[in-house]
Amino acid sequence: MTAVLEVTGVVKRFGGFTALSEVSISVGAGERLGIIGPNGSGKTTLMNVIAGRIRPDAGGVRFEGRDIGALPAWRRARIGIARSFQIPLPFGSMSVLDNLRVPLEQGGEADPPGRAAALLEDFGLFPRAAARAGDLSQVELRKLELARAVAGNPRLLISDEAMAGLSGSEIDEVLELLLRLNARGIAVVMIEHMMRAIMRFSGRVVCIEAGRIIAEGPPDAVVADPGVRRAYLGA
Amino acid sequence: MRSWVRFAAGGLVVLLLAALAARWLANDYLFFAAFVVLQFVVLATAWNILGGYGGYVNFGTGAFVATGAYAAVALQKLADLPLPLLVLAGTAAGAVLGSALGLLTLRLRGIYFAIATLAITIILETVVLNWDYVGGARGITLDRPHEDPFFGTYNRMLVVLMAGMAVVAVGIARWVGVSAFGRALSAIRDSEDAAEACGVPTLRRKVQAATLSGAMMGAAGAPLPLYLSFVDHTAAFGLNYAVSAMAMPMIGGTGHWIGPVIGAVLLGTAQQAVTVTISSEVNVLITGLLLIGFVVAAPRGILGWLGR
Ligand SMILES: Nc1ncnc2c1ncn2[C@@H]1O[C@H](COP(=O)(O)OP(=O)(O)O)[C@@H](O)[C@H]1O
Ligand SMILES: [Mg+2]
Repeated sequence: MTAVLEVTGVVKRFGGFTALSEVSISVGAGERLGIIGPNGSGKTTLMNVIAGRIRPDAGGVRFEGRDIGALPAWRRARIGIARSFQIPLPFGSMSVLDNLRVPLEQGGEADPPGRAAALLEDFGLFPRAAARAGDLSQVELRKLELARAVAGNPRLLISDEAMAGLSGSEIDEVLELLLRLNARGIAVVMIEHMMRAIMRFSGRVVCIEAGRIIAEGPPDAVVADPGVRRAYLGA
Repeated sequence: MRSWVRFAAGGLVVLLLAALAARWLANDYLFFAAFVVLQFVVLATAWNILGGYGGYVNFGTGAFVATGAYAAVALQKLADLPLPLLVLAGTAAGAVLGSALGLLTLRLRGIYFAIATLAITIILETVVLNWDYVGGARGITLDRPHEDPFFGTYNRMLVVLMAGMAVVAVGIARWVGVSAFGRALSAIRDSEDAAEACGVPTLRRKVQAATLSGAMMGAAGAPLPLYLSFVDHTAAFGLNYAVSAMAMPMIGGTGHWIGPVIGAVLLGTAQQAVTVTISSEVNVLITGLLLIGFVVAAPRGILGWLGR
């Protein structure tokens, strides 16, 4: 499998606190990678390093073979790295449709409103096209985040706890969406606490604890790992 | 496209009315009031591009007006350039100030830009106070024509010029409001992180907005010394510019190009009425009170009130 993303030896410190120490991870083209780990273990920080929101103190990030360490977040977005945010960040004062027009226009799409409408249809948000994004429900916000993230036709999608705070049936809806996006060839990195979703979704699972990768492999093996059980599952 | 035709027609009507009024109306005070109100239409509209669409508050409108005004003064004294070139110089000077300020501070988020705009006002005022060539603390009297072959007086011609600038400024704001550029600015206002994640080069867009806004403010400042035929630092750097250019969009509504126009016409006219009936000192007070009232009672301005 060719790697779409390669992270090597990433270190990130916040003041004296080391949030990531020498993390290396790679994601294959079209892969479904699940990431688990206790709160505060550095999952979001690692995604921020990949997406270019924060700069690591050491280490490198390659995307499709290219060193992107020096690229700002907006450039990484344009070359195919998409992400949703753990706390949804809609363009709250804008309409749902206009939320999607932003990435489409940045990506040089020929017909942003038309493509935005098609995306909304696809994500089951079309009836809400004219609503203020700030007025959406939690599950609608999660869907909007994902629709906006993939509007620019990415090769990699990072989903940061998109299921947090959702009900059982809503979790299934989001999971279906992520599977469908993956079926179109987008590699998906799914950070999630919901073990049921992780098991169903992931081809491979990585467990992060205190800024280090403590286990990696097939879902069953990682969940059975004694270190993972101790650190994460509390068993 | 159709709506642009209507907009252009509306703009032409405004200009024609201004030109007709300039030729036939007698009351000179009315012209001064019109000059001030039209200048505020430009300033409030310019402020709203960065402040309303982009969410970056500029407390330095006075500094931008002064930059345009003193660029005109310096060039008029130096080379006696024709009026269009003076306005162009003011526009360019405002643009340079806007982009410089933007590049220096817009890397940082939120409040830093606002503080920098306050600081730049103080710095530039100090520069002007010590710059003898443009009059220093004494101010400077300009040698400019008093007649105009078409409109009678030079000042009436300047009112028509300001009307033209207002139409152009509002047209620019209207374009920004419906463009990808404007949506990128609104995205930045709502969430800078999400905007970046959508591929918006946030710093570049912010600097562009500051440059455009600054250019428009500089343009509006250039005719000021010519109109007054005298200018000093108090006239150009006045607190009233900073407060009003911010209050007008907030009172009218920041989300739409018409908001700053409504705010400028209402508040600007009220200010002129107060100046005649009470005193110009009361202006800033009234503007401030109105601003507080709107922020508390109608945070989305008159437009929000009307349900827009
Ligand atoms: N900007 C920041 N400044 C300081 N500390 C931070 C910052 N971002 C994250 N941290 C810290 O880094 C650690 C990892 O955080 P995070 O990556 O959000 O964890 P996770 O997503 O796994 O819950 C936490 O202890 C958090 O407090
Ligand atoms: Mg997190």
